[in-house]
Amino acid sequence: MPGSVASSGRLAVQGVAKVFDGTTVLDGVDLEVDDGATVSLLGPSGSGKSTLLRIVAGLERPDAGSVSIDDTEMTARPAHERGVGVVFQDQALFPHLDVAGNVAYGLRMQRVDRSERRRRASATLEAVGLPGYETRDPATLSGGEAQRVALARALAPEPRVVLLDEPLAALDQLLRERLLLELRSIFDSLGVTVVAVTHDPTEAAALGERVAVLLGGRIAQVGAPGEVLARPASADVAGLVGHRNVAEGVVADGAVRTPWGKLPVGEHPDGPVSVLLQPDQVVSSTSGSLSGAVTGLIFRGGSAFAVVEGDDWPALDVRADPAWRVGDRVSLAVEPDAVHLMGTEAS
Amino acid sequence: MTARRLLTAVVFVVPVAFFAVFFAVPAVTLVTTGLRGGGAWELGEVGDVLGSASTRRVAWFTLWQAAVSTAATVALALPAAWIIGRVHMPGRALFSAVMVVPFVLPTVVVGTAFLAVLGADGPVRTVGSSFGLDIDLRQSATAVIIAHVFFNYAVVARTVGAAWLAVDPVTEEAARTLGASRWRAFRDVTLPQVRPALAGAAAIVFLFTFTSFGVVKILGGPRVATIEVEIHRVTTQLLDLRTAAVLSLLQLAAVIAALALYRRAGRRRGIGRLRAGRSVLRRAVGWERAVVAGTLLSSGLLLGVPIATLAWRSIDTAGGPGLGYYRALDTVGRGTVAFVPPTEAIRNSLVFGFAAATTALVVGGLAALGIHRLGGRARGFADSSLMLPLGTSAVTVGLGFLIALDEPPLDLRTSPVLIPAAQAIIAIPFVIRTMLPAMEAIPSRLREAASSLGASPWRVWTSIDARLLRRPALVAYGFAFAISLGEFGATVFIARADAPTVPVAIFRALSQPGALNIGQAMALSTILLTMTTIVMVVVDRVGDARVGGF
Amino acid sequence: MTARSRLLAILAALALALVACGDDDGAAPTGGGDSSTTSASSEEGERITLVTHDSFNVSESVFETFTDETGITVEVLPSGDAGSMVNQAILTKDDPQGDVLFGIDNTFLSRALDEDLFVAYESSALDRVPEEVQLDDEHRVTPIDTGDVCLNYDKAALEEAGAEPPQTLADLTDPAYEGDLVVENPATSSPGLAFLLATIDEFGQDGWQQYWEDLAANDVEVTAGWEEAYYGSFSGAADSDGDRPIVVSYASSPPAEVIFAEETPDEAPTGVVIDTCYRQIEFAGILANTEHEAEAQELVDFMLSDTFQSDIPLNMFVYPVTDVELPEAFVEYGAEAEDPYLIDADEVAENREAWIEEWTDIVLR
Repeated sequence: MPGSVASSGRLAVQGVAKVFDGTTVLDGVDLEVDDGATVSLLGPSGSGKSTLLRIVAGLERPDAGSVSIDDTEMTARPAHERGVGVVFQDQALFPHLDVAGNVAYGLRMQRVDRSERRRRASATLEAVGLPGYETRDPATLSGGEAQRVALARALAPEPRVVLLDEPLAALDQLLRERLLLELRSIFDSLGVTVVAVTHDPTEAAALGERVAVLLGGRIAQVGAPGEVLARPASADVAGLVGHRNVAEGVVADGAVRTPWGKLPVGEHPDGPVSVLLQPDQVVSSTSGSLSGAVTGLIFRGGSAFAVVEGDDWPALDVRADPAWRVGDRVSLAVEPDAVHLMGTEAS
Repeated sequence: MTARRLLTAVVFVVPVAFFAVFFAVPAVTLVTTGLRGGGAWELGEVGDVLGSASTRRVAWFTLWQAAVSTAATVALALPAAWIIGRVHMPGRALFSAVMVVPFVLPTVVVGTAFLAVLGADGPVRTVGSSFGLDIDLRQSATAVIIAHVFFNYAVVARTVGAAWLAVDPVTEEAARTLGASRWRAFRDVTLPQVRPALAGAAAIVFLFTFTSFGVVKILGGPRVATIEVEIHRVTTQLLDLRTAAVLSLLQLAAVIAALALYRRAGRRRGIGRLRAGRSVLRRAVGWERAVVAGTLLSSGLLLGVPIATLAWRSIDTAGGPGLGYYRALDTVGRGTVAFVPPTEAIRNSLVFGFAAATTALVVGGLAALGIHRLGGRARGFADSSLMLPLGTSAVTVGLGFLIALDEPPLDLRTSPVLIPAAQAIIAIPFVIRTMLPAMEAIPSRLREAASSLGASPWRVWTSIDARLLRRPALVAYGFAFAISLGEFGATVFIARADAPTVPVAIFRALSQPGALNIGQAMALSTILLTMTTIVMVVVDRVGDARVGGF
Repeated sequence: MTARSRLLAILAALALALVACGDDDGAAPTGGGDSSTTSASSEEGERITLVTHDSFNVSESVFETFTDETGITVEVLPSGDAGSMVNQAILTKDDPQGDVLFGIDNTFLSRALDEDLFVAYESSALDRVPEEVQLDDEHRVTPIDTGDVCLNYDKAALEEAGAEPPQTLADLTDPAYEGDLVVENPATSSPGLAFLLATIDEFGQDGWQQYWEDLAANDVEVTAGWEEAYYGSFSGAADSDGDRPIVVSYASSPPAEVIFAEETPDEAPTGVVIDTCYRQIEFAGILANTEHEAEAQELVDFMLSDTFQSDIPLNMFVYPVTDVELPEAFVEYGAEAEDPYLIDADEVAENREAWIEEWTDIVLR
């Protein structure tokens, strides 16, 4: 948005809990988002991530805990006094207003005068890549356009924090990836504080500078996208971000016993652990100790992954050899870097 | 939560007070007066009335004709619903608008029109005799049923048509790719999705025909009577309030049963709703064109012939087509107490129409808002209660006014407020039926979005809810206005000599012999018809086909 | 429209509705026994209310004359058909809606008298009224007009069919009139009841049943009300939809056909069978519990005056009870029965329901 600098704020969520009809949805969530940072909130459906977002927006009251922005206590404040913008999953564009009317709505609530409203609405529309859309009827927009208008509407009043609820869920794959990158660059250029809720780890990784994983009503892990995806903190997080090479193991004498054999781990205290084998570190090797059959191949661009069904071990996702065909018998070797140990559930 | 409850209670204050004063208290007073007779409750005689052969006969006929009328209306109007919901054709909107006109016509006018259509020189007998048939439907249950279909055609066609429009045809297409014939696909896939609307419309038609009064009286002949007609007869001719009270309760029980059915039908929501903005209308092809043509022809005959006959008769003077009867409106009887200058009758109708529609919109709108805020059982109860006036005899309420509202601070018996209030009571259920679905159709996400953009709860209401309800409110207003224009049953009971409406003037003209009198009645009916048509066309222009389906 | 002006509009409408509900006492021009009305109207002369049926009509100048003579203003309050009117009056007798009730006829009279609806008043003008229409010895009601319910026939249609008009009730069972007669249901129609009473008066308590069986065998048509019979089934009415040349209507219907014709004909298109008439007498009574008894008495006197009586025929199409001159159309086209049928009001009240029941069994089932 040329010529205007969005304000931003530091968001702090502490000990937030919420129970619906006897079911604990949030069980003491702590989350901090720095001024101007973008955080993806990743969780499976039903993990309470949308509830957390609604609590931050003021659309829902927590049973316990607090929400503050820039050290100002917000917990008891109604939504319209928080300055938190929300982009809803289904956009929720006002059908009785045109695109400009939608975008300018928040400014109207701030009693910004008409010409200024018009100017800022146009500028915001330009920033989201929709110049000239002012007089369009929301019903005539495509999914991607509607999502950008919803974003523009949330951004126009210059909120301190913007929340996005599954912002790309309604879009098809190609559009999604394009918009992902655009969103990221818009957030970067505006410097606004953003929390984006998603169930898709790729989306979470692309959108957020950091990813917070919400599991079982708590934050299970917070970290840089690569960190969370490659080194999940628990078996559940690993499952959530898409890892399937996970099993229980026991560490003893610098090695961990797994269904895939005994693997070296270097320095690690003895005891039960969860083990993750990074797929790209499990490779085809004629001298490999693990033999099995290829049951599926997945290509992404030039690289390929395969599912190999073991003779006496659980299936593994592995880096595929270009010559493999489904049904081939292969043998695999686990490279030392493949092993990532995680705490068991008890920890 | 408690603040929310308090607000709901406040919202309900006006509708509940209005409903109590202008409906519940009068009706209950008259029924208890009837049941208490000399002073003590005489409940033993309730059984006598209920068990009598004449009560059983009347109850059976009432039920029978309502069931047949409902079935006939559904059967005839379903193709029209399909046209509204599926067919792209020029004039589709007009077709949908014009068919509502009969629904809001006063029964006196419809009765007169049908007498003309079915009479010796009327089109039915004329056409029949040219085929060598003597089709004499005067004074028969068949005439009653045809008139009921005429009245209620739009209820089924528009309500079901609107539901049909909202069903995604992709489900039916899916069924066809799975090997279902067109008919099977319709029956197994589309029909279940429009069934709630269909059942709801059928329940409403049943309710209207079950309590039918004017049509049965004018067209049914002396052998048949509905419970409503019988209540009127025993009250005004025999002064037998006890029988009237028992019959009123019997009718009420039936109406409550019909409403329960209606609510159950409404609860089962259609599945597979269509995405907004996607059009399902397409041109008719092949045999569909025959169905469209047949439907337009049959509805044209059914709805158009009586209306056209009426209009023709208003200009068919002895000296050829002319405006003699219209001129007579302003001259015949001038200078007498009962003389109504036509401009004044029209003005009275318009003034009462505005007052009644405004009252109905305010009271009904608040009631809908209250019901919308309620949950669970209370909601169904409130919803049904406000529909009860539709099932209560006008004579019961009219007489109830006289004995219940006769003491200060509520001596309203001769108040000019009474007419618009009585008309509003009748229009309120329609307002609620239009406004409530519109309120429920507003996604709560929109309110949340507004709220997150800085709108206070009051501004959310004014900038989102009120704005989105503006069209349905206008539609409801127009509908209430048209109902008031045509309302006769309650008005004739309380109309004062100095403020007759057009329907009252029609009734007066019809009650004396002479060409100019019947001619004036036809002319006034045509004027009323025109006023109503204008209102309905405007309403349909303003609202879209999805609202006002009722 | 801004949010604020919308709010204002809603509030204004609400306020209007509430105010309208609240100010009825002040706005109501009448109110019978309402003391506020009395005090408010003392400066401008008394106002009294005439409760009547929907068919009531007189020239405006008539009431203006009354006001000029007495200083009393009359409000007219129509309350439905004759039956509804009486019923309403009975239900509200402790707190009546008006002061004088006009339009109760001899078929409803007994019930009203039993209910003590009226206070007695013997008008000095009664000496101009024939004895035979003064049905109440205590003068609780005063006769004002009479109307004869008679068979009407379509002159042209009978002529075309080569038939003579019937002369008596008995003629109607003649096969020559098969399918010619339409009557109203006595259970729902006042002329229908009058016609049934005429046949009972003619053929006696035990003979009328056979007569109606014969009529039924001769294909009599029954409609619920006068409008359906006269406009729907009778062939003689102007602009008729019907095909039956004989109908139960009023002695004054032929004059009405002439007066309300588009172009005045030389001769009435319909005729009256004068020996088939049943007499309906309409009365006025002063409602018990009125607070304007003296003024009400003046109104009753006035209703027997020449001014009022001579205005009756052309407005209500019934005959005055005094010997005022009749309008030309009535003399020329109308007929008044010399010796009409009439059954004692108490006997009617006592047997009415049973007769109607019996009639229904014979004719309609």
